Amino acid sequence: MSSGPVSTTSPTQTAEDRFAVATQWQLTWWRFRKHKLAVASGIIVIAFYVVVLLADFLAYADPHATDSKRSHIPPQEIHFFDDGAFKPYVYGLTQKRDLRTFKLSYQPNLDRKVYLTLFAEGYSYHFLGLFPTNKHLVGLVDPRPEDGIFILGTDLVGRDLWSRIMVATRISLTIGLAGVTVSLFLGILLGGISAVYGGIVDTVIQRVIEILRSMPTIPLWMGLAAALPNSWSVIQVYFAITIIISFLGWTDLARVVRGKFLALRSEDFVTAAELAGASQYRIIFTHMLPSFLSHIIAATSLALPAMIISETSLSFLGLGLRPPAISWGILLQDAQNIETLALAPWLLTAAIPVILVILAFNFLGDGLRDAADPYG
Amino acid sequence: MLAYIARRAVLAVLTMAAISVFAFIIIQLPPGDFVDAYIANLSASGSSVSMEEAKSLRALYGLDQPVYVQYMKWMSRVLVGDFGESMEWHRPVAEVIGDRLWLTIVLSLSALMLTWGIALPIGIYSAVRQYSALDYVFTSISFIGLAVPNFLLALVIMYFSFVLFGANVGGLFSSEFDLAPWSLAKVWDLIKHLPLPAVILALAGTAQLIRIMRANLLDELRKPYVVTARAKGMPEARVIWKYPVRAALNPFASTIAYLFPYLVSGSIIISLVLSLPTVGPLLLKALIAQDMFLAGTIVLLLGVMTVIGTFISDLVLMWVDPRIRFQMD
Repeated sequence: MSSGPVSTTSPTQTAEDRFAVATQWQLTWWRFRKHKLAVASGIIVIAFYVVVLLADFLAYADPHATDSKRSHIPPQEIHFFDDGAFKPYVYGLTQKRDLRTFKLSYQPNLDRKVYLTLFAEGYSYHFLGLFPTNKHLVGLVDPRPEDGIFILGTDLVGRDLWSRIMVATRISLTIGLAGVTVSLFLGILLGGISAVYGGIVDTVIQRVIEILRSMPTIPLWMGLAAALPNSWSVIQVYFAITIIISFLGWTDLARVVRGKFLALRSEDFVTAAELAGASQYRIIFTHMLPSFLSHIIAATSLALPAMIISETSLSFLGLGLRPPAISWGILLQDAQNIETLALAPWLLTAAIPVILVILAFNFLGDGLRDAADPYG
Repeated sequence: MLAYIARRAVLAVLTMAAISVFAFIIIQLPPGDFVDAYIANLSASGSSVSMEEAKSLRALYGLDQPVYVQYMKWMSRVLVGDFGESMEWHRPVAEVIGDRLWLTIVLSLSALMLTWGIALPIGIYSAVRQYSALDYVFTSISFIGLAVPNFLLALVIMYFSFVLFGANVGGLFSSEFDLAPWSLAKVWDLIKHLPLPAVILALAGTAQLIRIMRANLLDELRKPYVVTARAKGMPEARVIWKYPVRAALNPFASTIAYLFPYLVSGSIIISLVLSLPTVGPLLLKALIAQDMFLAGTIVLLLGVMTVIGTFISDLVLMWVDPRIRFQMD
C-alpha cells in the first residue's frame, strides 16, 4: 500500500490510510456498499424476513377461515382521502348471483364507506410466537360481518389472499433457510474432508458430487416426496421436505469450500503458520476459515433462491407441503389451471413475492461474491 | 483421449447404477408391497385371496426375499426391457409410457438447442458491446429469466395467450392428431406446437449461459494477446472470433452437462402446467396413485436418459476443447 506524498505529511487520516488499517470485514463492507443494487436487494431480503417475524400482525384476516359468501372476491380499491382529508376507507360490497352461471359477483356499495384504522383487533395469535394478542396492523372501524378488506382478493373458498401470502412467506422463507443450513453443514463437512484428506477420499467425494449433479432432480424429489406418509403432521412433512431439498443442494457448496480450501493451503500465511508449529485444527479454524467465510456466505445466499424454488415447485405439484400448511407453492397451486386463472387472475399475485425474493437473493449473492475478496 | 472417454463412460455407468438404486427405493418406499396392492384390488372387485395364495404370490415375485435380492431380480428384468406392470392401468409399464418418453426427449433436446442458439450470440454481443443499451436489455431479461421459475412463466404465458388471443396454448398436438398414428402430418403438427414449450423451458438455462458467456468473454477480451492482435492491425471480427470466443466457449461447453438434467427436470413441471403429453403428468399421477412400478420406471428412464445426454455432452466438450484431448495423452 503506497501512500502519496500528501498523505504522509497530512496529520489527518486519508482514505488510503484508512484502507491500510481496515480489517477484512470493514473492507468487505465498503466494497459491498458500492454495489447499489446488492444493497437494495439486501434491504428487500431483510424486509421479507421482517414479514416472516410479523406475518400474523401484517395479515388482517384469519388465513385459514373459509367463507362461501366471499368466494373469488376481486382485489378491492382502497380510497385514501375522504373529503380532502387523509382518512382511508373501502366501500362495502353487495353481492349478486348471476342467474345464468350461478357465479357470485361483487359490486362496491357506494353508500357504505368503511374506514380503516391502524392496530385494529382481529383474530388471535401469538406475537413472535410468545405473547397472545389480537392486534393487527390494519383493520376496519365498526365492521359489519359482511364487511372486509380485500387488498388482493380472495380464493375459491373465500380466504383472503393478502393474509395468506403474509403467512405463506413464513414457511417458504424459513424452509429455504433450514434447507440451506443442512446443505451448508453437509457441504462444509464433505468439501472440507475432501480438501484436507485428498487422495482416495477426495476422489470418491468428487465422483459422488458429479453423480448427484447429473441426476434430474425434480423426478427424484417427486418420488421421495410422494412417499411421505399421509398421516404425517405439517411439521414432520416440513422437515422431511427440507431434508429432501437439501440432500441434492449441498454439492455446489462442497465444491466452493473445497476449491477455496485448496487455493488457500498454498498461501504464504498458511505455510508460515505451519512452520511456526500451529496445529492443523488451529490453522484451519483461526487462519483459513476467516479468509473463506465471506465466500461461503456469498455461496449460501446464491443457494437460497434455488431452495425456495424447489419448495415452491414441489408444493405447486401437490407433493410438497400439504394444506392446511400455507406456502407460496400451495397458494400457486390454486392458480394451476387456465379455468381458474380466467375466473380469478388475481390468484397469480402469489407469484410476485416468489420472483421478488429470488431476484433479491441473486443480486445480494452477486454483490457479496464480489465483495468477498476485498484484496482482489 | 481414450482414457478420458473410458473414465467418463465408467462414471456414466456408476451414475446409472445410483439412479437405479434410487428408482428401486422409490418403488419400495410406500408401505406394503405389490401383493398387498393386488389383494386390495381384488377384494375391491369382490373376489378374495387366501393367505396361502398371497404367500405363493409373494414367493412367485420374490417378495419374501431380502431387499438386495429383490433389487437384483428387478434389475435383471429391467435390463431385458421388462419393467413390470402398471397397477393403475393394468398394462405393461413400457406400453403405458409409450411415446411419452420420446416426446420428453424431443422437448428437452429442442430446449437445449434453443438455449445454445440464443445464449451464444447474445452472450458474445453483450461482451463485445459491454454497457450498450442492448447489453442492459439482455442482462435484465436474463435476470428475470433466472428469477422466474419456469412453471410460473408457463402459467403467465398461458394466462396472457388466453386473455389476448383466446387460445389455449397447451398440448403438443392439435386435437385431430392426438390419438392418430405417426405420420408426416403429425410430425409437422408437433413441430408447430414445439416452439412455445421449448422457449419456456429454455429461458432459465439461457439466462444462465448468457451470463457465463458474457463474463468469460469479457475476461478473455482484456488479455494481452487480444491487444496484440488489434495492435498488429487484425480486423476486429477476426480478433474476436478467432481466439477469445473459442477460449470463452470452453466453460460454456462444460455447463451443458449440468444443463441437460436441469432441462429434463424442468420439462416435467412445465408439462403439467401446459398439459404436454410427456412423462411428466404420467409420473405425477403414478406417484399420487402409488403406482410404484410405473413411477420407478419413469424415474429410472429419465435418469438414464440424462446420463446418456451428459455423456454425449462430455464428448462434445472434448471435441471443442483441445486441452482435454491432449491432456490425457
